[in-house]
Amino acid sequence: MLLTISGLTKSYSTAEGPIAVLKGIDLQLQAGETVALTGESGSGKSTLLHLVGGLDQPDAGRIIVNDRDIATLADAERALYRRHEVGLVFQQFNLIPSLDVAANIAFHARLAGRQEPEWERQLVEKLGLTALLNRYPEQLSGGQQQRVAIARSLAVRPPLILADEPTGNLDEATGDAVLDLMLSLSGEAGSALLLVTHSMRLAGKLDRQIMLRAGRIGG
Amino acid sequence: MKRVALWALLSHWRHRPLQFLTLLLGISLATALWSGVQAINAEARASYARAASVLEQGDLIQLLPQPGRQITVADYVSLRRAGWVVSPVIEGGYRFGEARIRLIGIDPLSMPREGRAFEISGGNDISSFMGAEGELVVSAATAAKLDGKTDIPLKIAAEVPNDAAFTDIAVADRLLQRNGSIDRIVVAPSQQLDVSDLQEAAPWAVLRSPSEKPDVAQLTDSFHLNLTAFGFLAFVVGLFIVYSTIGLSFEQRRSTFRTLRSLGVSLQSLIVLLMLELAVFGLVAGLLGVTIGYLLASTLLPGVAATLQGLYGASVSGSLALRPEWWGAGLAMALAGTACASAQNLWQVKQLPILSAAQPRAWAGLSARVLRAQVVCGLLLLVLSAVLAFAGTGLVVGFAVLGALLLGAALLLPPLMSGFLKLAESCAGGAVTQWFWADTRVQLPGLSLALMALLLALSANIGVGTMVSSFRLTFIGWLDQRLAAELYVTARDEDEAARLRQWLDGRHVTVLPIWSTEGQVLGRQVEIYGVADDATYRDHWPLIRGNQDVWDAIASGNSALVNEQFWRQGEVDIGQELELPGGWKVKVVGVYSDYGNPNGQVIVDVTALAQHYPDIPKLRYGLRAAPAVAADLQRQLMDEFGLPDGNVLDQASVKQRSREVFDQTFTVTGALNVLTLAVAGFAMFASLLTLSGRRLPQLAPVWAMGMRRRDLALLEVVRTLLLWSATFVAAIPLGLVLAWVLLSIINVEAFGWKLPMHVFPLDWLWLGLVALGAALLSVLLPVKRLATVHPADLLRIFANER
Ligand SMILES: Nc1ncnc2c1ncn2[C@@H]1O[C@H](COP(=O)(O)OP(=O)(O)O)[C@@H](O)[C@H]1O
Ligand SMILES: [Mg+2]
Repeated sequence: MLLTISGLTKSYSTAEGPIAVLKGIDLQLQAGETVALTGESGSGKSTLLHLVGGLDQPDAGRIIVNDRDIATLADAERALYRRHEVGLVFQQFNLIPSLDVAANIAFHARLAGRQEPEWERQLVEKLGLTALLNRYPEQLSGGQQQRVAIARSLAVRPPLILADEPTGNLDEATGDAVLDLMLSLSGEAGSALLLVTHSMRLAGKLDRQIMLRAGRIGG
Repeated sequence: MKRVALWALLSHWRHRPLQFLTLLLGISLATALWSGVQAINAEARASYARAASVLEQGDLIQLLPQPGRQITVADYVSLRRAGWVVSPVIEGGYRFGEARIRLIGIDPLSMPREGRAFEISGGNDISSFMGAEGELVVSAATAAKLDGKTDIPLKIAAEVPNDAAFTDIAVADRLLQRNGSIDRIVVAPSQQLDVSDLQEAAPWAVLRSPSEKPDVAQLTDSFHLNLTAFGFLAFVVGLFIVYSTIGLSFEQRRSTFRTLRSLGVSLQSLIVLLMLELAVFGLVAGLLGVTIGYLLASTLLPGVAATLQGLYGASVSGSLALRPEWWGAGLAMALAGTACASAQNLWQVKQLPILSAAQPRAWAGLSARVLRAQVVCGLLLLVLSAVLAFAGTGLVVGFAVLGALLLGAALLLPPLMSGFLKLAESCAGGAVTQWFWADTRVQLPGLSLALMALLLALSANIGVGTMVSSFRLTFIGWLDQRLAAELYVTARDEDEAARLRQWLDGRHVTVLPIWSTEGQVLGRQVEIYGVADDATYRDHWPLIRGNQDVWDAIASGNSALVNEQFWRQGEVDIGQELELPGGWKVKVVGVYSDYGNPNGQVIVDVTALAQHYPDIPKLRYGLRAAPAVAADLQRQLMDEFGLPDGNVLDQASVKQRSREVFDQTFTVTGALNVLTLAVAGFAMFASLLTLSGRRLPQLAPVWAMGMRRRDLALLEVVRTLLLWSATFVAAIPLGLVLAWVLLSIINVEAFGWKLPMHVFPLDWLWLGLVALGAALLSVLLPVKRLATVHPADLLRIFANER
């Protein structure tokens, strides 16, 4: 099992007192599996993804990735975990504004010390980024930016890719195309994919669908 | 509605106290340095004006001699005969023992009421003033100084400035040995005759109208211009802070602006509200600034007063008066500065569309066009500066050279840095280093103003520091040459002086008389000194024109040396014949340096001097003795003659005193230097703080991909240190050029002497360390914020609902 989550809880403290967002999540993901995570806005999807990505810490529960509990790692170890074991694609601001597209795509892989030029070249070609390599993020459209972010996350060949509504800001046709590419390429990379989406139609394209409701995994 | 809107706008500051503080401090500091300098200048000018009106009867029309001519008693009498109501004045420096006093001889009977500095009422007053003994009318402080040094009775009048004495014209004529020559003639305001005919009646004179600036004010103009330039530099540097803080506050309130406008606040009222807000801040901070400026000025004024006394002989009171116009001007400056610094942002608000989602801030790269424009402007300014430096003359041109040089160099800094960063980026090996250089280049636009300010402050520091240290080195070397005698003795009167000469005669001591007088040479008031024919002068005197042979010529009694300032005024040259007072003609054979002296000076043979002017005081002497004997001699002199400490000085203490005066001279400049650097450091802090707010979207992806916040913060520190160091390196050559301009152009114009430049790399190292310390301070808070930023804040970047 690549990922095993059990009894995960998380609450945020606000001015009106603490609000419990995740109230005991149990979830498993196999290597190479693609899973769609759906749920109403505000149901805690992003929160869950961030916890799995080692970007934030849970209140309680365990997140086992490759036999290691991410929840208990120290800050430095969590940074290394993010560097080597997860690829992240967010809704926006994925890219480093000061670097051009080529450098953005290579950045994570170089950071992880795992550069594969041939694989990168393939990703660039298949995602249709060849003509954009020397541009800067601000010179790209939203769809182009997301494709660059996907290329970057795949270039590391991480065991686990976490994508938070990567097509949320795109129109339907572009969104479909981007997701199809993402699925086929993560298959090629051998990465498992946990993808947050609003759209049931898109969710249907993945191996499995789970829904977050009232802080728990629903049917 | 308006009140609600204003409340909404102001609530921004409640959540950002630090930003608020930065803004207020920025305005205050800029205003403080500017108005502090202005306060000093205003006080000095007021002192000159006071002195001019009291001592020089500056409020009245006066007749001065045509260059090269003297006004005689006959000239005066002819005017009186023709029916003019005029009054003669004699004035000059006179030494009563240790005390040097400006002596002003007036004729109380003919002096018009408007020209009298003090009350002379009734026959009693007049008869004592004009009596056989004479009388010196002085201030209380001067009276204390003169106590026991003169037989002439003293009378205290509060109106008379310090270090000056009014006396009857006959007494002044005797003391100053004028033999009937008159310095100027005061014209009474009420005349039977028409003043426009006066020039015709006195073709031998130059008419000076009352409105003209006092001489001292003209003389010291350069010094005040210097201070003003410094104050303005600090003001501009301070405005950089205000500019960047206002920019940030506007950017952060964009959505508030939009909301207000969509709720029906018109664009015009929004802008009016914002201007109101800024005006209130400007006013409050301006008040604070003017207050700080006042405190600053009163701290620095005594030093400035000493400087002006030492350099120009100008007397400035050491305490600061409160002047309403100065407060007004300071506040106006604060408001104008705030307006300047916010104009661009207000303009942007005007252009802001109501709708349109909050755009992610576009990559704020300096567009290539802007950089190219900066390069062109910068180069043009540097060329202009060079052309002016070699083609122009005059003090104003000198300052134009400085201004063009500094501005040009500052404009070139960002494009140069951008170029270097690009190069570094393309050479970088690792992902992080490449990102580091690229990211630094992206920060450059936000920091370029602060970096330019820093460049100005650092190079001003290096330039002025080099100038002062060069000056100091030269000055001390010159002191060593000039103060060759082991002891300096001043007798209290002529009898004592005669006994002293006799007493010294039998001992193994070389006695070098230091006798002098004053008089008009080429229409200027100069000092005339006598020197003995002695090896001391041949070996030590700091000649800058002429060789050893000049001393034989001097000894012959028909030749003279002139000091550098007199020479550089352009009317005296080697080989020229000078006519000294009383028709004594001497040939100029050499020029010597004479730092720290505001006046022209002529040196002739001492025996010839005493022959031509038999009545000069013969009180001061330099004594050459073996060092081992000198200390004994000093004690014996004090025992034998009962001379007070101040009248027998050894070489070391004279030098010490001169050095103190010198160091005092540059305390103001030093203080302003440090303050400007501090303001530049604060500007950097404000910019970094501003940037740190915009940094999160740039840093969040890097963090998500596995960089720790701590490492990112560390890189921020490294970046700041690097940028400061690069600016510092750029400031060194700029500072040296600045020093050259100061030494070779400004000093010659302002003081009349040229100095060799010496370089002090150790001082730079010290400055570099201070700058690095300031850099660390400026980055500390922004970095601490970054290192401890909550992951939730970073994650919010990636979510839609920002
Ligand atoms: N940093 C935070 N502080 C306080 N509340 C938060 C924070 N982040 C998220 N929340 C709240 O937690 C809930 C879940 O948020 P999120 O995980 O973003 O939901 P989703 O991604 O499913 O829309 C929401 O009610 C949101 O307001
Ligand atoms: Mg979400």
